[in-house]
Amino acid sequence: MLLLQVYPFITSFYYSLTDYNALAEPHFSGLSNYVRLFTKDKEFFKSLAATLKYTVYTVPFKIIMSLFIAMLLNNSRKGIGALRTIYYLPSLFGGSMAVSILWKIMFMDDGMINAFLHKFGFETISFLGNPATALPTLSSLEVWQFGSSMVMFLAALKQVPSSLYEAAKIDGAGKVRSFFSITIPQISPIIFFCIIMQTINALQNFTSAFVVTQGGPVKSTYMLGLKLYNDGFLYYKMGYASATSWVIFGLVLVFTVTLFGTSKFWVFYGDED
Amino acid sequence: MDKKTKKKIRSIVSYLVLVVIGIIMIYPLIWMFFASFKTNEEIYGSIALLPSSYSFEAFRNGWNAIGGNTYAVFFKNSFLLVIPTTILTVVSSTLVAYGFARFNFRGKKLAFSLLLSTLMLPNAILIIPRYSIFRSLNVLDGYGPFYLMAAFACYPFFTYMLVQFMRGLPRELDESAYIDGCGTFRTLIQILLPLLKPAMFSAGLFQFLWTYNDYFNSLIYINTVKKFTVSLALRLSLDSETIVVWKNVMAMSCLAVLPVVVLFFFCQKYFVEGIATSGLKG
Repeated sequence: MLLLQVYPFITSFYYSLTDYNALAEPHFSGLSNYVRLFTKDKEFFKSLAATLKYTVYTVPFKIIMSLFIAMLLNNSRKGIGALRTIYYLPSLFGGSMAVSILWKIMFMDDGMINAFLHKFGFETISFLGNPATALPTLSSLEVWQFGSSMVMFLAALKQVPSSLYEAAKIDGAGKVRSFFSITIPQISPIIFFCIIMQTINALQNFTSAFVVTQGGPVKSTYMLGLKLYNDGFLYYKMGYASATSWVIFGLVLVFTVTLFGTSKFWVFYGDED
Repeated sequence: MDKKTKKKIRSIVSYLVLVVIGIIMIYPLIWMFFASFKTNEEIYGSIALLPSSYSFEAFRNGWNAIGGNTYAVFFKNSFLLVIPTTILTVVSSTLVAYGFARFNFRGKKLAFSLLLSTLMLPNAILIIPRYSIFRSLNVLDGYGPFYLMAAFACYPFFTYMLVQFMRGLPRELDESAYIDGCGTFRTLIQILLPLLKPAMFSAGLFQFLWTYNDYFNSLIYINTVKKFTVSLALRLSLDSETIVVWKNVMAMSCLAVLPVVVLFFFCQKYFVEGIATSGLKG
């Protein structure tokens, strides 16, 4: 584990300070990669913006959607097995090629979604051709796969002792009140975990951008993950790509540290008294 | 309106909402299946779900598509990659998790926070150095990188998941096992393993799915068409022809997701309830 986690971690930082190109030995070049990223590389800020937007579009929607559906499923009794399966099904395919291709076909200018819009009298929307809609379209693919956090929420909801709800009822708490005072705190570790994992995933999205839009149009979906791949494995500017990866890491770090910082106010662990 | 009708209405509404959203959720997948039978003209600009005629031509043509390699090869490759990776991951993560959950050793705190931080470490940051490591080990263009990563518990997610799960198992179980004369390894195998099974199984399932679906890593570590996995092959089929015959691609996409779906239906109980119920309840 040390060899394949910690060592690459350190090397990656070192590479980011060099002109490593996978063929020759790396030469130390100080912060020049970072300087170039932040001052000369016009792609970079676009890429950064696309990545952040993608994260903001996907993570909250995914969490809210999965919590909402999990609550509904948890309240129902009959037939939830089948429904749960249906909701979970899309998530099985993760960032897989098949669904990325499917999205590409469905959202083509003359694809299935536009055919629907025509039917209801709307104009064709160039989902993947317009910089304003391309990113939300990719995000929809991600949000579609909310199933795994839903399953985790569902499991967590089942573990909330019903005695708590009964006690709350006796104390006169309404549904809304017990949702915020019992449900949310009780499953907060899972929410916390899901938010972190989803964000890390979203920040390094690659497959859908690579397949569905190739980063276009006008680089509006050219997310950092894709930039990293192109720089590193297409042009073999690995030192430079490492610098990009450290920017991604920086984002993750800032985010998780913030979240961990706030966690003691809203995350409750059962085994800590 | 009395309480009972109110409750009934509420449950009907919640079912309705669930069903409607459910249909929207599943629609693309159904569409994908039927699109395998449609001509390009039918796929473009038509909302009809069902094709005008059924023939398995797309499955046949898609199967044989690329450069003399059929999808039989790609499927075999995918499984060759995924199955050992999954097994290695479960074994190594369980061992590491056992160490973290049950033993106190020097630097445990540090090691655990390292584990946690690698959990947050984007794959992106590791990929380039890993690539150079695997290159110097001469295991590129194959499945070696995947096996190695699995064997060294490089999927901290699963380790973390198992640690969390083990923490939930009462320590008294271990202690009584020690009193009865079990060693640490035997305690793991005989006492904890049966209780851990659901968690291990779901770890295995997730790893299977993720590795099977994974595209980024395969793209980087595998270059020869002969060794391509299904997802690489699918991508290739988009590039290799000037006019993409969508139904072929859709047919193969259906086949590509099939193993995952089948696995899910067979293991659904483990999948969902494995996470939910701790072993003690059963």
